[in-house]
Amino acid sequence: MAIMQFREAIRAAMIEEMERDERVFLIGEEVGQYDGAYKVSEGMLKRFGPKRVIDTPISEAGFAGLGIGAAMNGLRPIVEFMTFNFSFVAFDQLVNNAAKIRYMSGGQFKIPIVFRGPNGAAGQLAATHSTSTESIYSYFPGLKVVAPSNPDDAKGLLKSAIRDDDPVIFLESELMYSMRGEVNEDPEYLIPLGKARIAREGEDVTIVAHSKSYWIALEVADRLAEEGYSAEVIDPRTIRPFDFDTVVQSIKKTNRCVIIDESNPFASVSSEVAFQIQQRAFDYLDAPVLRVTAKDTPAPYAKNLMEYYMPSADAAYEACKKVMYVD
Amino acid sequence: MASKTRKKQQAKQVDQAAGQPNGQAVQLQVPSGPIHFEQTFETYPAGAYTHEELGLSREDLLAIYRNMLLQRRFEERAAQMYGKQKIAGFLHLYIGEEAVSTGAAWSIKVGHDSVITAYRDHGIALALGMTANECMAELFGKIDGCSRGKGGSMHFFKAEKKFFGGHGIVGGHVPLGVGIAFAHKYKEDGGVCLTFFGDGAMGQGTVHEAMNLAALYKLPIIFIIENNQYAMGTAVWRAFANTEFYRYAASYNMPGALVDGMDVFSVMKALRKYVALAREYQPSVLEVRTYRYRGHSMSDPAKYRTKEELEAKKKEDPIIRLKSYLLQHDLSTNEELDAIDDEVKKEVQASVEFAEKSPFPPLESIYEDVYVQPDYPFLA
Repeated sequence: MAIMQFREAIRAAMIEEMERDERVFLIGEEVGQYDGAYKVSEGMLKRFGPKRVIDTPISEAGFAGLGIGAAMNGLRPIVEFMTFNFSFVAFDQLVNNAAKIRYMSGGQFKIPIVFRGPNGAAGQLAATHSTSTESIYSYFPGLKVVAPSNPDDAKGLLKSAIRDDDPVIFLESELMYSMRGEVNEDPEYLIPLGKARIAREGEDVTIVAHSKSYWIALEVADRLAEEGYSAEVIDPRTIRPFDFDTVVQSIKKTNRCVIIDESNPFASVSSEVAFQIQQRAFDYLDAPVLRVTAKDTPAPYAKNLMEYYMPSADAAYEACKKVMYVD
Repeated sequence: MASKTRKKQQAKQVDQAAGQPNGQAVQLQVPSGPIHFEQTFETYPAGAYTHEELGLSREDLLAIYRNMLLQRRFEERAAQMYGKQKIAGFLHLYIGEEAVSTGAAWSIKVGHDSVITAYRDHGIALALGMTANECMAELFGKIDGCSRGKGGSMHFFKAEKKFFGGHGIVGGHVPLGVGIAFAHKYKEDGGVCLTFFGDGAMGQGTVHEAMNLAALYKLPIIFIIENNQYAMGTAVWRAFANTEFYRYAASYNMPGALVDGMDVFSVMKALRKYVALAREYQPSVLEVRTYRYRGHSMSDPAKYRTKEELEAKKKEDPIIRLKSYLLQHDLSTNEELDAIDDEVKKEVQASVEFAEKSPFPPLESIYEDVYVQPDYPFLA
């Protein structure tokens, strides 16, 4: 084990997989000479050269499509979006080409590609730079969506994503890149996609939270613990496929659930998780499933508005108290 | 470009990595006088080439003739089957454009070089040697179709022919062509990628991003604009400020050429040159002027053009042109060519019977081919 920043864990995963497999390469804006807009790929151009660490013009649709075509023709690209907000200009490439070509070709072509980069809000960046895209990309059969919350998961999941033969959307966060944590250094450390992690065991309420929201969940669990309540915290880690079984097993024990999800609320990850819970565990629920999400608006700029927009620990704490029917 | 300079540059390019940018540093100082910009574009007119200079034997010529005819008869039958509701959804016919697909397929190493195109894809599929059976069965939505009944008319694919589809979003597949070419260069396997798209795609940003990337990274690709004059019902001149599409090559520092797509010899002459350039990592843009006789799709009566225009174009028919050439040069006889036509018709008829008999895909196959992962937990 080593202490690493989140960005270093991602870099370590990419370096290990590129050393392991000549077909893996990294392409995106500023990934090479600039060493990465958020320094995730620092030193990689020097290490691997311009054949395998490739700077692009600002042409998201162009280089996302380039990656997909290269994957169809035998390579295993890692495509970095400077942020997933910019993936929208490549939307057709992701949702029509990456997601559907395997299907439309009757299984003749596989598309082993990872699209990775920061996702969601990162402070006062205003509406166009603050979108949480996990709900959007999870909508599309053919894609897998991963959203780790800590350096160790990031490394183990990214390595699995790179080795996966299906297209994977891998969502990081500007606000977590400097976060430090223990990281497994085993080059064969692989965390399977689609498996949730029970981060903390508890009896009284289940909190489901991924990516940055996971840290809110831990904070809430601490506050509840001070008052004598034990929360079970589940980090799904992968959004598609989602590990509903782990969540349902937990609810069978706690009978209550709160979902924290920084997506906008309509047709979001939390909507689907709540639906699946009522379908699979209705008889075990002692209270309606509640969720804490971003507001149903575009992200604002002003500091106070942005704080109000984001799901907060206070709101999540209140939601937990509510499903437990305590004041 | 002087040939000496080009050779010098090519030697440099071969040493270049697949992702090495190839742009030139910008001069900060603005020159005092006006800037003159000149570029020459080659043309490949109809009727300008002989089979001898293309090195084509009598057998080659008959095979080319047969292949164009196969596309024509296949689509005529497909249109009939559409009328009988054996085929549903969209059906875009390529009739009139066969010299482009056949000429292209006869200019590459099929199975080694790659091909990708848009939704008007039956012609190139048959030109690459896909069978009438697997193509007709796909149109019928049957399990023996080339895409197992999951793609339909717009989404033919054949991995073993390195045919990367059949794509339904105008311009959306053009960056894929760049990626396919990128992989050829990365693997240093000597392959090139022919990337076909229509005149309508020239209005999509992806095409221009793709051209820039291909030129920037010096990829083995040929952008082939099949200009059939109409993007659905919109004539080129009603949609584009610059209707001379080959000129866009200059914007991306690539060579460009204008080709008559009604003569298979012109297509082959041009393709051979630009395929050879692509193998040396020089991408290019070819505008091939062609014409579709039918509407955009089966529901289109094509009221946006005159009968006279259509009839005039039909006089340039690529199949009739080759037939006349073969007869004039005593390379074949009417009897022999009629026999080929009969044989092709039988092949197409057999494909209809094959498609009829092939089963529909089993319902459980709906979950197949979504993911490589065999045990993906689909939501019920």
